[in-house]
Amino acid sequence: MSLKIKDLPIEDYWLSGNPSCPGCPASLGLRLLMKTLGPKTIVVIPACCSTIIQGAYPKTSANFPILNIAFAASAAAASGIVEALELKGRSNVNVVVWAGDGGTVDIGLQALSGAAERNENIVYVCYDNEAYMNTGIQRSGATPYGAWTTTTITGKKEHKKNLPLIMAAHGIPYVATASISYPIDFITKLKKASKIYGMKYIHLHSPCPTGWRFPSSKTIEIGRLAVLTGTWVLYEVENGIFKLNPPSNVLIDRNKRKPVRSYIKIQGRFSHLTEKNIDELQRYIDRQWETYLKLLSIGKIY
Amino acid sequence: MRVVLTGNHAAAYAALLSRVEVVAAYPITPQTQIVEKLAEFIEEGRLKAKYIRVESEHSAMAAIIGASAAGARTFTATASHGLIYMNEMVFWAGNARLPIVMAVVCRALAPPWNIWTEHTDILAQRDTGWIQFFCEDNQEVLDTIIQAFKVAEDDRVLLPVMVGLDAFILSHTATPINVPEQEDIDRFLPPRKPLPFILDVDNPLTHSNMTYPDQTMEFRYRLQKAMERAKRVIVEVDEEYGRLTGRRYSGLLDCYRCEDADLGVIVMGSSAGDAKEAIDKLRDEGYKPGVVRIRVFRPFPREELREICRGFKAIAIIDRDLSPGLGGILYTETLTSLYDLGSRPIVQNYIAGLGGRDISVSDFKLIVRELYRSIEEGVETIPIRWIGVEGVKL
Amino acid sequence: MEMLETPLSKPSEGSAGITGYWRTFKPVINKSKCVKCLLCWIYCPEGTVIRINDSVDINYMYCKGCGICANECPTKAIDMVLEEEI
Repeated sequence: MSLKIKDLPIEDYWLSGNPSCPGCPASLGLRLLMKTLGPKTIVVIPACCSTIIQGAYPKTSANFPILNIAFAASAAAASGIVEALELKGRSNVNVVVWAGDGGTVDIGLQALSGAAERNENIVYVCYDNEAYMNTGIQRSGATPYGAWTTTTITGKKEHKKNLPLIMAAHGIPYVATASISYPIDFITKLKKASKIYGMKYIHLHSPCPTGWRFPSSKTIEIGRLAVLTGTWVLYEVENGIFKLNPPSNVLIDRNKRKPVRSYIKIQGRFSHLTEKNIDELQRYIDRQWETYLKLLSIGKIY
Repeated sequence: MRVVLTGNHAAAYAALLSRVEVVAAYPITPQTQIVEKLAEFIEEGRLKAKYIRVESEHSAMAAIIGASAAGARTFTATASHGLIYMNEMVFWAGNARLPIVMAVVCRALAPPWNIWTEHTDILAQRDTGWIQFFCEDNQEVLDTIIQAFKVAEDDRVLLPVMVGLDAFILSHTATPINVPEQEDIDRFLPPRKPLPFILDVDNPLTHSNMTYPDQTMEFRYRLQKAMERAKRVIVEVDEEYGRLTGRRYSGLLDCYRCEDADLGVIVMGSSAGDAKEAIDKLRDEGYKPGVVRIRVFRPFPREELREICRGFKAIAIIDRDLSPGLGGILYTETLTSLYDLGSRPIVQNYIAGLGGRDISVSDFKLIVRELYRSIEEGVETIPIRWIGVEGVKL
Repeated sequence: MEMLETPLSKPSEGSAGITGYWRTFKPVINKSKCVKCLLCWIYCPEGTVIRINDSVDINYMYCKGCGICANECPTKAIDMVLEEEI
């Protein structure tokens, strides 16, 4: 039975009045994460926007334990917590990594890959705002083609690194993509992940008003457009079985997908793109879909 | 129980006797045997612990930090490049005040590749907020690691500890050593107490979030004070261990024939044994030198060293390390400590044994004789001397 | 406050102060238009849309005025009103 908004608990463990920018997807993501997993959860956070939005000592916006840790170290630190808790018979606690895209697809990838290969009992959530936002909008491996950042002032020349599929290639029990604009889908995936033993990886697409140059009221709208244009595809790989989730499943027919133009035209970071650039972005999206449709036809991919 | 063990296996037995709960490590020569042995202890069920087979040293220390923050007694071991690679997390552990113990098999850094003894790797970590021990022999490796847990976990300290042992000279050389009984060590080192900063879902605290300039310095001050308190605790723990096992290591400094000595050789690590042998021979020749072995480099035994050096006319400081552009690191630290002594001895720095080059008994004899000549000639300062470097005369 | 040996922070609302002061526009709910779908509640990044059973209210002390609630409301029951006009 699918989850309803009305069924979600009222309690929040991520507290109001934190220093996040208005319209921040990381703040919303943390709120949903903790609303779903509840207070028996320890969260590891590497350097990222969420380091800051906790607030400063001696206060914290987190009504749950957080271990802050260095940029490259979150999956390893979480491994240590998990093993210590298992040894001490306190395995009823969720151990979560909440990391940005830089800390996941770039500097944190080695530790994440190691933890995945060891199948550590961790829920790893990458909130992907597609650049180093905390240091002021620099290009990351997750920045899409064409996007302006302060280190790609004429637009990024390379496409986004496909980390969820890289994680699936580790053969871990659960990989999912999610979007901040589809909270029920995200929450359902978190609930599922928390019940599976081993490494769970959820990649949460998180439009950032500050870094993407759009009004703070548009965070959800833009995230939704990413899905409706097929730019961001919602899927799960559960025990090797690849499955598109309903919002993306209806887009298998290419004609059902909105053109990428409708997604990028309301974002300042893409305002300089030429028709040629937009065509390249569209071709990339189409190629990605071919890959997903192949995976869908295979069904069990590992 | 008296058994023949290498320094590496002595370290592993120490971790076993200390009932460590989480080990995370990555292989590196010449440390690997320590964690191989621990993996064996754990898989055989002799040690109830988790072994995390991480993909790098950076992750080894990160995992240990996570486990220690969750309340476990933790241990790891590394050397050389591994230690330098985990440097960021070594600082993190120190500033987070986690009572982690790490064996460091001291080894040279590349290039060129070299797997033999040098202290530059561990001394490069001197500002990380870790207590640092240097061992002279395999027995001391075992005893010091057990002592290290007691020191690290003491409420007055709460600091991580690294225990240095020299590559191959100790790590791979088997010598007979006394392994204490488990029940004795259990009495000496009870299970780790829950500390105020354990990750606990029933007491949700955020560890180490942003701290502004008007607060951060207070934490550094507390770290410094903990280091200062650690001196007393190290001595107390050493005494208690001595009462239990009959072996103790004079706390921070090990002084050999210093009572009536007029010249001191200051040294760290395994070459202290050769220095002592040289001093015995020189005593037979009518000289009166002594050896001061620095056992604890952090907290640096400043006052203790000053007391001993007060009586010396000259000091030879042997550095198995190099801070290029300055000289020996031990030399620099010692000079700093002696600066405001009323009458200062002649202080001479010798760089020796880098990359595992032998420092022989005759090298020590040469050093001491040269220094006596300097005293007679009334020389005040001499440039840094390099021992045994081709084309460079002592 | 007593300082511990290492920085540990305690949970607190308003870790950044009264973030309601950040607002330029203020969300005002027109209850007659509200269909109690709770979308504003679930989408609020701040947790400042307060849910009481199935109806909603705004915690103006911390609401930063991002406007997501108004943008997402399917019946346009939330207006963003310039602060000075209130």
